[in-house]
Amino acid sequence: MGRSQAVPRGSGGFGADGDDTGCPILHVDMDAFFASVEVRRDPSLRGRPVVVGGIGPRGVVSSASYEARRYGVRSAMPTARARALCPHAVYIQPDGAAYAAASRTVMGIFRDMTPLVEPLSLDEAFLDVAGARRLLGRPAEIAALIRQRVSDELGLTCSVGVASTKFVAKLGSTRAKPDGMLVIPAGKVLDFLHPLPVAALWGVGEKAAESLGRLGLRTVGDVARAPVRMLRASLGEAASAHLHELSWGRDPRGVSPEQVDKSIGAEVTFDTDVSEEVVIRRALLALSDKVGVRLRRSDQVGRTVSIKVRLADFRTVNRSRTLPVATDVAREVFETAWALFTALQPGDRIRLVGVRVEGLTSASGTPRQATLGEPEHGWRDAEAASDAAAARFGRGAIRPASLLKPASGESGGLSSRG
Amino acid sequence: MKFRVERDALADAVAWTAKSLPNRPSVPVLAGVMLRVTDGQLGVSGFDYEVSSQVSVDVQGDADGAALVSGRLLAEITKALPAKPVDIAAVGAHLELVCGSARFTLPTMPVEDYPTLPEMPASAGTVDAAAFAAAVAQVAVAAGRDETLPMMTGVRIELNGSTLAMLATDRYRLAMREMQWRPDDPEISINALVPARTLADTAKTLGPLGGDVTLALAHGGAGEGMIGFAGGTRRTTSRLLDGANYPPVRSLFPASHNAEARVTVASLNEVVRRVALVADRTTPVLLSFSDEGLVVEAGGTEEARASEAMEATFSGESLTIGFNPQYLLDGLAAVGSQNAVLSFVDAFKPAVISPAGDDGEIIPGYRYLIMPIRVTR
Repeated sequence: MGRSQAVPRGSGGFGADGDDTGCPILHVDMDAFFASVEVRRDPSLRGRPVVVGGIGPRGVVSSASYEARRYGVRSAMPTARARALCPHAVYIQPDGAAYAAASRTVMGIFRDMTPLVEPLSLDEAFLDVAGARRLLGRPAEIAALIRQRVSDELGLTCSVGVASTKFVAKLGSTRAKPDGMLVIPAGKVLDFLHPLPVAALWGVGEKAAESLGRLGLRTVGDVARAPVRMLRASLGEAASAHLHELSWGRDPRGVSPEQVDKSIGAEVTFDTDVSEEVVIRRALLALSDKVGVRLRRSDQVGRTVSIKVRLADFRTVNRSRTLPVATDVAREVFETAWALFTALQPGDRIRLVGVRVEGLTSASGTPRQATLGEPEHGWRDAEAASDAAAARFGRGAIRPASLLKPASGESGGLSSRG
Repeated sequence: MKFRVERDALADAVAWTAKSLPNRPSVPVLAGVMLRVTDGQLGVSGFDYEVSSQVSVDVQGDADGAALVSGRLLAEITKALPAKPVDIAAVGAHLELVCGSARFTLPTMPVEDYPTLPEMPASAGTVDAAAFAAAVAQVAVAAGRDETLPMMTGVRIELNGSTLAMLATDRYRLAMREMQWRPDDPEISINALVPARTLADTAKTLGPLGGDVTLALAHGGAGEGMIGFAGGTRRTTSRLLDGANYPPVRSLFPASHNAEARVTVASLNEVVRRVALVADRTTPVLLSFSDEGLVVEAGGTEEARASEAMEATFSGESLTIGFNPQYLLDGLAAVGSQNAVLSFVDAFKPAVISPAGDDGEIIPGYRYLIMPIRVTR
């Protein structure tokens, strides 16, 4: 999503009917996913600018319909700014459960095509369809089939890039948006790539684009033809080698279906900066609870608990502690997070707190060291029972007592990253 | 201050005192050792507000007085000196040290800035030094090292009449030793939570000196919150940990057991050590006991696996139980006997290792409890 500004739209000599020989990689990206799900739920929104995002004063846009984008609204933009740009848009608080359900259906369609599906997020994935040829057809045919089924079964649109590498396929889907597909023939990758601005390269953000610009390198072609030595001086060893490879369309990464989470975490930005310990404690408890649920749902345990604290002046501090025994128990995550926080004594007002569990391993394969005097049924059982109740009655059916009355200063929406 | 002292006596005294000095002293003077000569006695002392160490050495004193010098530097110097008498004199703001043809000049720190060492609390009784050192080593191994759980980093000493009991646990294992001692007051009943590291270090240096160790522990009044140990010419005081809420850990020893294995400590130790080579820090060694003996197995998260069978006399239903290999090895090393009895309730309840005599009978006085690792949830 973040790359979209860097890639100009329009066919530019490439289209849906290019030669797809040697192009087994598909990148499928749902169009304005969250906003489209909301429109599908309430058809009266069709054709109107729709913005899904945090409604609070510090909310951030998660997704904007193409009608809203015409006014300059973009994802990751503060909602307040979106409101200034497009005051008449419909603003909707994200409904994670609805998007997750739609995402499961979409991913299910992908997996009907090939087992080699690598989801990048709820709304995009790489597919390797090399092995599906005899069953389902050529890559471009499979791409068309996916677009057809997503439209028929979900009433949503998506865009597909078909190419020989992941990197180019992703650029292709961006270029095809919305509701389109683009084949970049294996022999024409450089024709496609070289006119693009440097920001289209994976790993080039604002800073890197700036330093490349100072060297007079504005397009991918400029980077490709620049001596690697020159890149190295401004970007460093690893990044320069990486960019040089990409600029020649070389991306050796395969589609790996087992995208194992390295960590599970959640964070919350307070509506107004807070200093009251009780508010922070409650936030850490809610975040730990959320992290615990996600750990147990994914059958994982982790040994390292870390907290992130962003102060009012945007200074950010991280602290972590490794437990003797891996856990998926929210109570243990919280106690560690709270100990880390109290030891930190930030001494300033706090804008954001986050809790993360790292060093994940599969729960069923991880031996668990028993603790002396632990009750036969401890927190883990309590939380498992709460998971079961939540599965039946919805999240929030059972929560820690101190979370029952949310403080007025907290926003309901917890942003989280996998 | 001016005196002559034997090289070995000085080196021992300084090395022992310097060991308890803080690595990063809160005030510079705490990095020093105090040398004080009075009436032919040299007192060497160190202090870090938690622990104080004092030792006295016979010297040929020419002039009484005191000097404060860097403990670490003096320890290194005395260790390296030739085996000749050492002459030490305070000259202005410096300490002159001459040994054979070697001569050192060390800067001194102001003696008056040095804090007053805490008084030794009143004596509570005495215990055989070597036996005490052995007992402390058996217990301290189970204490925790995690400073966020301060209570677990201590050894609890319980003095009840002529019984001295010591307990330590890090929540995963628990060691308990009971022994006889000679209390000054036969009706004594006091508990104290002593930092395990300090206790272990102190007992280790007092043990080889032989004779008795005096335990000094105040109940109420002066010296409250302190414990002292005196043996030979050495004295250590330590601040106590807050043990008011120490959990009632004795009750964690299972009241009865369903199975029991008799093993040779050295063989089991060797087998576990070998098999554990493939286990990483969080994976257990699995012990499977049956009528045929014992099989020890381990498998890391990668492909590496190991197993080995050994003799064991087992009574009860066949049982497979997993332990952290290091906890198990610690326990086997701590029993201090050739044979050991392992008793079990089941694979999920704490197991107990006890020392056993040649006849296979449990030798009372020491128990090491170890929590199993559950392999599947």
